[in-house]
Amino acid sequence: MKKSTLPGLLVLVIRRDLVLAMRRRADVLTTLIFFVMVVSLFPLGVGPEMSMLRKMAPGVLWVAALLSSMLSLGRLFSADYLDGTLEQMMLAPQSLSMLVLGKMTAHWMVSGLPLVLMAPVLGLQFDMPAQALGVLIIGLLLGTPILSMVGAIGAALTLGLRGGGVLLSLLVLPLCIPVLIFGTGAVEAVSTGLSVASHLSLLGALLVLALVFTPWVTAQALRISME
Amino acid sequence: MAINWFKYSAPTNFYGLAGKMIPWFAFSAAVLFAIGLYIGFVVAPVDAQQGEFYRIIFIHVPSSILSMFLYLVMAGYAALGLIFNTRLSAMMATAIAPTGALFAFISLWTGALWGKPMWGAWWVWDARLTSELILLFLYLGYIALHASIDDPRRADRAAALLSIVGSVNVPIIYFSVKWWNTLHQGSSIKFTGTSMHIAMQQAMFTVLVACWLYAIAVVLARVRSIILERERNTTWIGELPEVRS
Repeated sequence: MKKSTLPGLLVLVIRRDLVLAMRRRADVLTTLIFFVMVVSLFPLGVGPEMSMLRKMAPGVLWVAALLSSMLSLGRLFSADYLDGTLEQMMLAPQSLSMLVLGKMTAHWMVSGLPLVLMAPVLGLQFDMPAQALGVLIIGLLLGTPILSMVGAIGAALTLGLRGGGVLLSLLVLPLCIPVLIFGTGAVEAVSTGLSVASHLSLLGALLVLALVFTPWVTAQALRISME
Repeated sequence: MAINWFKYSAPTNFYGLAGKMIPWFAFSAAVLFAIGLYIGFVVAPVDAQQGEFYRIIFIHVPSSILSMFLYLVMAGYAALGLIFNTRLSAMMATAIAPTGALFAFISLWTGALWGKPMWGAWWVWDARLTSELILLFLYLGYIALHASIDDPRRADRAAALLSIVGSVNVPIIYFSVKWWNTLHQGSSIKFTGTSMHIAMQQAMFTVLVACWLYAIAVVLARVRSIILERERNTTWIGELPEVRS
């Protein structure tokens, strides 16, 4: 086997997971449709008053993004676990953390990025002003990778368990609360005229922290689950 | 004389030691509860602003402190179990979780009971209340993960990793909730009474120590059951008088 460099390895894993996702496009679409549906249910639940919807929009979009990213997390490792690919990855001479990072990135591109791209349309449904929409998108861009990365820890811990999906949400959702707070806080800061930068910087800091630690923790979790 | 520092890290030896320690901790916890509650309900004066309602803090404050403290202790034992692969540490972590969750729940419950007369609402999205609720979620996640894995070794290690991740996250969650609360300008009513009466301090401190001793007694009792359950196929369990009878 050709010895690949670390970036090359990363690209390899990402490309593989993306190809697999494209072969099963329905899975990707279900997450997105779920996101759109949850967001659309809120006006039906609380009433069509525009002023209230505008105020609720960032929270609703963020919570919906949180929930729909939980939906797709179960698939992060399960297919590879079932067909034995994961075992081969763990035996590979390359660092498992890097492989995991590749899988996280691919997962985000498949399940997080579509939500980010869909969010402005849904934001317009809630009559969000343009500036707030921009901040919401930046926040989601910074925040959804964290959800994928922290979620990967949960996915690795619950690998192969019965009732894993619900358990996964139970484990991961409390850990994602800071992301939710800073993400919605940034949008709210726009409407109150406060500095947006502080919230976004904190989100960025969380992203960097997650980027450094979660691949390693997830690799450890996979080792625990696979032994 | 060489001391074997690790004698009691073996479940075989610890089982007996725990059995001998439980009555002491349980008895002193009961005595201190009685003393603390007596001071709290009879000796301590009525608060000038809050009337009789404030007396709930004698339960509320100790249980909140312990719920947070026990999470750290649990994560500490979990880390020990992961690093040194000692069976007893993992068992201790498992045994602590339900007690920690219980204290978190008591703290929320008594907080609600106190909040109704004082704030006029059962629940206020105050930073401390919210982070206590999230702490309860973390405990429940730990217990649920441990319960849903059949292989005890994998369950111990997976739950240990989760509790360590959780304990790293706790400060982040706490501060984010705090900032979130100030951003929303939630309730500004805070319990900032002037310096507490000496009897109140005594009562609170006594109940805190009592809760602590209670937690130790219950955890030891639970760890004994876990040892019995996990080692049920070994000979030393079969030779125990309580098992044989």
